[in-house]
Amino acid sequence: MPASTAAVALRRIGRATLNSVERLGFAARFSVAVLVHSPSALRRLRLTLREIYFSGVLSLVIILVSGLFVGMVLALQGYDVLTRYGANESLGVLVALSLVRELGPVVAGLLFASRAGSAITAEIGLMKTTEQLSAMEMMAVDPLARVVAPRFFGGILSMPLLAALFSTLGIFGAYLVGVRLIGIDAGSFWGNMQAAVDFRYDIVNGIIKSVVFGIAVSLIAVFEGYNARPTAEGVSTATTRTVVASSLSILALDFVLTVFMFRGLGV
Amino acid sequence: MNRSTLDLWVGIFVTVGIGAILFLSLKVGNLLTVSNDQGYRLEAEFDNIGGLKLRAPVKAAGVVVGRVERVKLDPRTYQAVVMMKIDRGYEFSKDTIASILTSGLLGEVYIGLDSGGDAKMLADGDKITKTQSAIVLEKLIGQFMFDRAASAGGTAAGSGNAAPAAATTGGAK
Amino acid sequence: MPAATPSVVAPACPTEIAVELTGVSFGYDRKRPVLAGIDMSIPRGKLVAIMGGSGCGKTTILRLIGGQLRPQQGRITVAGQDVAALDRDGLFAMRRKIGMLFQFGALFTDLSVFENVAFPMREHTELPDELIRDLVLMKLNAVGLRGAAQLRPSELSGGMARRVALARAIALDPMLVMYDEPFAGLDPISLGVVGQLIRKLNDALGITSVVVTHDIYESLKIVDYIYFVSEGRIVAQGTPDAVRASSESFVRQFVDGAPDGPVPFHYPARPLDEEFARAG
Repeated sequence: MPASTAAVALRRIGRATLNSVERLGFAARFSVAVLVHSPSALRRLRLTLREIYFSGVLSLVIILVSGLFVGMVLALQGYDVLTRYGANESLGVLVALSLVRELGPVVAGLLFASRAGSAITAEIGLMKTTEQLSAMEMMAVDPLARVVAPRFFGGILSMPLLAALFSTLGIFGAYLVGVRLIGIDAGSFWGNMQAAVDFRYDIVNGIIKSVVFGIAVSLIAVFEGYNARPTAEGVSTATTRTVVASSLSILALDFVLTVFMFRGLGV
Repeated sequence: MNRSTLDLWVGIFVTVGIGAILFLSLKVGNLLTVSNDQGYRLEAEFDNIGGLKLRAPVKAAGVVVGRVERVKLDPRTYQAVVMMKIDRGYEFSKDTIASILTSGLLGEVYIGLDSGGDAKMLADGDKITKTQSAIVLEKLIGQFMFDRAASAGGTAAGSGNAAPAAATTGGAK
Repeated sequence: MPAATPSVVAPACPTEIAVELTGVSFGYDRKRPVLAGIDMSIPRGKLVAIMGGSGCGKTTILRLIGGQLRPQQGRITVAGQDVAALDRDGLFAMRRKIGMLFQFGALFTDLSVFENVAFPMREHTELPDELIRDLVLMKLNAVGLRGAAQLRPSELSGGMARRVALARAIALDPMLVMYDEPFAGLDPISLGVVGQLIRKLNDALGITSVVVTHDIYESLKIVDYIYFVSEGRIVAQGTPDAVRASSESFVRQFVDGAPDGPVPFHYPARPLDEEFARAG
């Protein structure tokens, strides 16, 4: 009967919503716990350095190559459009602003989430499944301090560096295509770029964005791993959730940050 | 993965990353070329600022000497009040003219400063008294049509010299 | 075979009774209690086994003793202290005196064998590196794996991993060691080795041991006392001799390995004729 199926559907939606809200609250409490245990991560510097290696250094290849290609494509497409308005000397400006303000933090963030974020989730989830976290607990060592916090901070410290490297490689790629391949004057390429890109408004805002994204991705990755169901299926679900939730958060946060940061310039 | 290799790679990563940030700040951005807070403020009033935006350059002889900081409307005089920050290295006389200009035909709008001959210089917080507003296209056309109408009306009552002049102007247009 | 290793923290159990459970009830889900009214008393220095079918709550008892779970009813004391009443610091202090061997070892996969055993020492003591090195190698020697110190957990066989985990469990010379299914999945030789290690360490170090297992054969060889748990209650208990001679039906089924008895063979289902009946 339609009435009862509607009732069942409503109840299911209601329960799902309540579950999501409960999960959100749980995540908030977890985040606070991680932050509280941060000083221990800083004391275990060696562990944090190790995590910077695993999230940052091992992501270098994908970040550098992607940055290069994104920059080159930006230059090609940008040149095509700018020529119509006789503004091809502004190619450097177009590429630099796009990368530094948006593409650097966002794309580097997305790549970081899928490469390093999922790896962190899988690792913590696997440690939970093989009872390593329980063992640690029973040995009176808090897993939040020893396993979670170093990974959290490793991610936060790596993100801005990766975003900057992405933007740099992108600009270099655009230079290769624009100046070397197409033949735009190198002087106007760099000169116009330097005149249009402001340190405080563009670069610092870009760095702030990448730090915010780093916090979001690391927090989600660590949370999903820690709360994964201790089965193979549970870990796989958690890894997928990390990538999806991180990507959506990055895009949503990007919108919010962009509105606040770049709002007042058109006055 | 022994410790020293790991440390080496992390060190390389952090160095290269910070290098990238420096590159972006110095080569791509304008970190050192624009002196940050070493400046003094000047004010100027305009009838119309046209398309002048925040952070638009203030140029003298085509060289960027400062930036526009704030734009307000004076509620009593209905004039646009522009506050600009000028680099400390430059000084302008009290009778400097501030004009709103466009670089090229469709380029960005900026403030041009023409220094005058007054021995006294503008100090922090001073107001530039001589200003020239932006040229707004509609008003220009309107002005021209008004002049046309005025000279056409004057021909009938005026001397014969005015007529050929008006006719020439009309022909040229 | 292990000689007594020098003591690091040296907390012998101060009370006569090392672990006591009184009227303990617990359920992960409010509606289905896993344990209902458990009473256990484990004297200092004894090796006690908790046995029962799979999923009957044996591991839950270990978790309750270790303070990872809180009982819904009843009281658990370790060396006279009420576990559930301890605050965070008290709980951590208590856990430093307990060693636990997890099922399949639960070694830290990112550390070498040496570092795994050194882990508790590095975390909880300020001992210098040379001293830690000596202690770790002595613990590994006690379990016969001193030569494997530089291997990684992924390179160990199941039995070896179990022994390394045992060395790690006794790293700080605890007063109580808990074993979660230490015999699961081992070949006969390893079974014998682990069983003998548990017994010898218990006597040499003067610790109390609680072994959760369903390997009746090995247990009867080494333990002092056995508790049988079924459906959340203790259905039988006694010394190995008493158990072998017991006529209690659950114990008999367990000891003989009989397929049917108090623990039924068939999962509850419809009567056979109903299942295969044809209409008309």
